[in-house]
Amino acid sequence: MGHFERDPHTGYMTTGHEWNGITELNTPVPKVIWFFLACTVIFAVGYWILMPTWPIGRTYTKGLLGDDVRHDVTQSVKQAALDRAVWSDRITKESFADIQKDAALMEAVRETGSTLFGDNCAACHGRAAQGGKGFPNLTTASWLWGGTPEAIFETIRVGINSAHPETRTAQMPAFGKDGMLPRADIDKVIAFVRSLSHPGAKDIDPAKAAAGKDLFAANCASCHGEDAKGNVEVGAPNLTDAFWIYGGDAKSIFTTVWGGRQGHMPTWENRLSELDRKILALYLVDLRSAGK
Amino acid sequence: MIGELTKSERQGALLILLALAVTGLAMAVGGSNDPLGTHGTLVMVVAIVGTFAVITGYYAPEPPESRLDSYYDTPTKFGIVAAMVWAVIAMAVGDWVAWLLAFPEWTFDAAWASFGRLRPVHTSGVIFGFGGNALIATSFYVMQRTSRARLPDQLSPWFVLFGYNLFCVIAATGYLMGVTQSKEYAEPEWYADIWLVIVWVTYFVLYLRTLNRRKEPHIYVSNWYYMAFILVVAMLHIVNNLAVPISWGSAKSYSLFAGVQDAMTEWWYGHNAVAFFLTSGFLGMMYYYMPKRAGRPIYSYRMSIISFWGITFFYMWAGSHHLHYTALPQWVQSLGMTFSVMLLVPSWVSAGNALMTLNGAWHKVRDDAVLRFMMVAAVFYGLSTFEGSFMAIRPVNALSHYTDWTVGHVHAGALGWVAMITFGAIYASVPWLWKRDGMYSAKLVEAHFWLSLAGTIIYVFAMWNSGIIQGLMWRTYNESGTLAYSFVDSLIAMHPYYIARAIGGVFFLLGAIIGFYNIWMTIRTASQAQSQAEPDYSAVGIEIPAVQPGR
Ligand code: HEM
Ligand code: HEM
Repeated sequence: MGHFERDPHTGYMTTGHEWNGITELNTPVPKVIWFFLACTVIFAVGYWILMPTWPIGRTYTKGLLGDDVRHDVTQSVKQAALDRAVWSDRITKESFADIQKDAALMEAVRETGSTLFGDNCAACHGRAAQGGKGFPNLTTASWLWGGTPEAIFETIRVGINSAHPETRTAQMPAFGKDGMLPRADIDKVIAFVRSLSHPGAKDIDPAKAAAGKDLFAANCASCHGEDAKGNVEVGAPNLTDAFWIYGGDAKSIFTTVWGGRQGHMPTWENRLSELDRKILALYLVDLRSAGK
Repeated sequence: MIGELTKSERQGALLILLALAVTGLAMAVGGSNDPLGTHGTLVMVVAIVGTFAVITGYYAPEPPESRLDSYYDTPTKFGIVAAMVWAVIAMAVGDWVAWLLAFPEWTFDAAWASFGRLRPVHTSGVIFGFGGNALIATSFYVMQRTSRARLPDQLSPWFVLFGYNLFCVIAATGYLMGVTQSKEYAEPEWYADIWLVIVWVTYFVLYLRTLNRRKEPHIYVSNWYYMAFILVVAMLHIVNNLAVPISWGSAKSYSLFAGVQDAMTEWWYGHNAVAFFLTSGFLGMMYYYMPKRAGRPIYSYRMSIISFWGITFFYMWAGSHHLHYTALPQWVQSLGMTFSVMLLVPSWVSAGNALMTLNGAWHKVRDDAVLRFMMVAAVFYGLSTFEGSFMAIRPVNALSHYTDWTVGHVHAGALGWVAMITFGAIYASVPWLWKRDGMYSAKLVEAHFWLSLAGTIIYVFAMWNSGIIQGLMWRTYNESGTLAYSFVDSLIAMHPYYIARAIGGVFFLLGAIIGFYNIWMTIRTASQAQSQAEPDYSAVGIEIPAVQPGR
């Protein structure tokens, strides 16, 4: 059998077989391919000699360079910590006030804080820390549990309504749903509350607002304070300013008073180092003053 | 179709369908509070519909003996249409998930529409639905012609095709219901896996039986590749899916492997799925359709041989490059990396052999979009294998791993190589199969080609950019020694590229839809005008030998 032919284009012979009209040329493998193969094989063998590669029983060839990724990683993490220690040690040791006075340290806080915040906090509080519905804006002067670096540091450590044994705990009761106040009273107290932050707003009935004043004193002032300015000891928000976690319009406030609120902020004590938490607290204070 | 089966094959089909219906019933009852039950019902309905179809055609006259003088191509026709249907569906889902990555809120709050469930519908849909059907269909076509033997019977090819598509449907619907093993490219659960083993073994046996009947003394290189594809995929599938169901009434199972062994088994599977599903099979396709279409002999028989064995040998070692810098011991990573580098040589030998085959036919490449599809496929094959070997080098992988660079590499291979060679092969086969002089519209083939090329280039460039930016952002430190960017910052940087990729995807999808329309119109007009365009054996003007007679 065999039907050898010379291909006019390449000048090579066919192999003598054909399949449904397809033939193959007997072209020798070009030298460059052998060369290329030799290069990659030499590279591979060289690598095997130098690096850990072949299993032998329960161990493996360690390679002449004695390279070990696990060791490399441990070393470079150590080295990185050492490099950072120049400034990070000072953050660990010094007081908030001293750090805030040091411009170079605060620069490091800003650089590191923004990444820490972006990776850990932005999911709820937003990339610019401006919050969103249900999540407080962290760039304002209004803080549920206090806006000093110390207070923020503690909030980050234990969280709010979190799993931490020392968690900060706060709950806005469901006055309507749990039948603590009749519907009509709720409307009155809401009118009063809104009149504090929206004095003179047209959609507030002054009579209702006035009637709400006593209701507020009886039911709400224990947490939010007589003046409704909130209380950082129990995490009750100031109701007289323009900042609202769940919205300051009549409908949102109604939902809050009727159904109650209990927001959740996780504890970071076991997830971020003390240094990181300290940086974050300073970062937020700095962010607030930068925004002013 | 039933008319093409002999009486005993019709009985066989009924028996199989009956067994399937009973299995479906058992699944439906046993898993009544579980997705398994839904799938059982699906299987039962499919089996009952199939039974009715067979019964309806049961008393049709038996096929004449003369059928044995020609190749059995109806299954190939079915497979090609199925491949195109899957192409359109799965690429549409691909583009959907591409938009989801740019606008994650577009899920309408429905569980099934979440990224995690749609993504495997895309990947399985394109790889198994589109790629798999195309491979099975063309392998039937090619093995008969290059062996000069008809398929040994009429039933098993249908069993393979229907069984395989049933597997694909169970897989895709399962993902939407949240059924998954969480092993990439091996997501389907145990019952689907068992079914695929049955189908796949039948496929392998069918291949061997046909080859065994061959009248050509030598086995053509395409068949080597197709056989490696079938055999190795069977092996990979069985080992990686070894698992124990939590009960016979539940879709959930637990893998036999755990921890880093599980990871290594999965990526030994995953990488060889790339090698033997997305590469070997399609090389088989290329080795038949490209010389046929170009009217040129294969440039070098010797290069085909060394690249076949090179690819088969080297790929097996390379899987660990998917696990660089993980808990996997370093020595395994070294092995994977070095074998990946050596793998480049046989890969480029294949690509080079293909392109050299076109020497003497470049004018055809210029004029014929079908051949151009194949040419571009070979170029992208060369490109993505170079890229792959490069990315397998550990320090390079340190940058590319987990980034969109990987996704760009995947689609350079998937769109540029796998899809392009498939479209080329399908456009070549359709007129041959339905006995037409050419496709319904050559202009539309041309349009499809340019849309595909543009879509691929946009996709790949967008992902290269996005991936490298992402990788660099993740490793940039500021002066304080902290990472300069948060993860969210890198997401924002990727956003424009995600939109670009999704637009590239629209191009590619449009091309596929046009292709589907063109094929459909070719088939429709084929029934009206019959012309003689059978190219088998006519190419070199030798006498046309008869197909092997007899059963
Ligand atoms: C219309 C064209 C296509 C579009 C728009 C598209 C889009 C996508 C998207 C958005 C992803 C997810 C990437 C991620 O998770 O970051 C993806 C993954 C994937 N696609 Fe496609 N795709 C297309 C066509 C194809 C084709 C034709 C194939 C194969 C033949 C394919 C194979 C894959 C694979 C294997 C993955 C997983 C990649 C990985 O895990 O690294 N795609 N595709
Ligand atoms: C010489 C040949 C090739 C080599 C050495 C190679 C190497 C690689 C490497 C290093 C990765 C990245 C792994 C990671 O960092 O996670 C990868 C991913 C991938 N490659 Fe290739 N590649 C080759 C050819 C191809 C071809 C032709 C395709 C065809 C479509 C392909 C499809 C894929 C897919 C689907 C993935 C993504 C796997 C995943 O889901 O993570 N590769 N390849």
